[in-house]
Amino acid sequence: MSESNQKATRPLSPHLQIYRWPVTMITSITHRATGVGNYIGTFFLAWWLLAAAMGQKAYETFQAVAGSPIGLIVLFGYTWSLIYHLCNGVRHLTWDVGAGFKNATAETTGAFVIIISLALTLFVWVVGVAGMGGGQ
Amino acid sequence: MSIQTPLNKVRGLGSAQEGVGHFWHQRVTAVALVPLVLWFLVSLYHHIGDPYQEVVEWLGKPTTAIPLLFLILAGFYHMKLGMQVVVEDYVQKDSSKIILLLLNNLVAIGLGVVCVYAVLKLSFGV
Ligand code: HEM
Repeated sequence: MSESNQKATRPLSPHLQIYRWPVTMITSITHRATGVGNYIGTFFLAWWLLAAAMGQKAYETFQAVAGSPIGLIVLFGYTWSLIYHLCNGVRHLTWDVGAGFKNATAETTGAFVIIISLALTLFVWVVGVAGMGGGQ
Repeated sequence: MSIQTPLNKVRGLGSAQEGVGHFWHQRVTAVALVPLVLWFLVSLYHHIGDPYQEVVEWLGKPTTAIPLLFLILAGFYHMKLGMQVVVEDYVQKDSSKIILLLLNNLVAIGLGVVCVYAVLKLSFGV
């Protein structure tokens, strides 16, 4: 038998580019990414609280950065990251008690989490931030 | 062939009654964070664009400051545990891993202390 010859003629291992991306794979990776996103966002949160505690001048500096184009983009991302991780975290917790584990169910809840997190984030920004004038 | 007993081989290599401790703490903090983060996002939503004076008043009230302290404590423990797993998954080299794990603790504890200090200062004034 010559197993060694077979190696050259068949795929050795699956490649990421070959896989169709199932919803469950996307939501899993995104949960980790948003966990790290929330971690980074916490620096912003700490700065905000500290600035509020240190006085008006410190707070105005924070507001200027938060209200700048880059600040607004970061805050928008942080909003979505928190909301997504919250929604998908609840999905994780239902798995932890043994519910919702069927493939079809996990795909449906995954798609739901993506859509609802985007919808809520847009709501906060369109109705909340834009509606109240400027994300100050 | 080794003359070591099976028990001796695994000593110091893993779980000693705390095998699920990290997993469990990550879940417990996650459960606590669900209502806390929801509350925080909804309250924050109602204060978008508030002037400085109102923000300070809002943050210093017991009904804000107390849940906020819970959020900070649960959040910083949860993020420390979470980032630890990410580092352990991706960083192979022992020296880099140890440095990053220490840094993770430093960031989580450091930011946590800053936030608690800020909330207490907003609550008790001066
Ligand atoms: C809103 C409430 C939250 C819930 C329900 C929640 C839930 C969870 C759960 C269940 C896990 C474990 C996932 C797994 O086993 O793969 C997790 C991981 C993680 N969370 Fe959260 N979380 C919340 C908020 C946060 C916040 C505020 C932060 C950061 C400041 C954060 C950072 C992380 C990180 C870094 C991980 C590790 C990611 C990974 O291992 O893939 N989470 N979260």
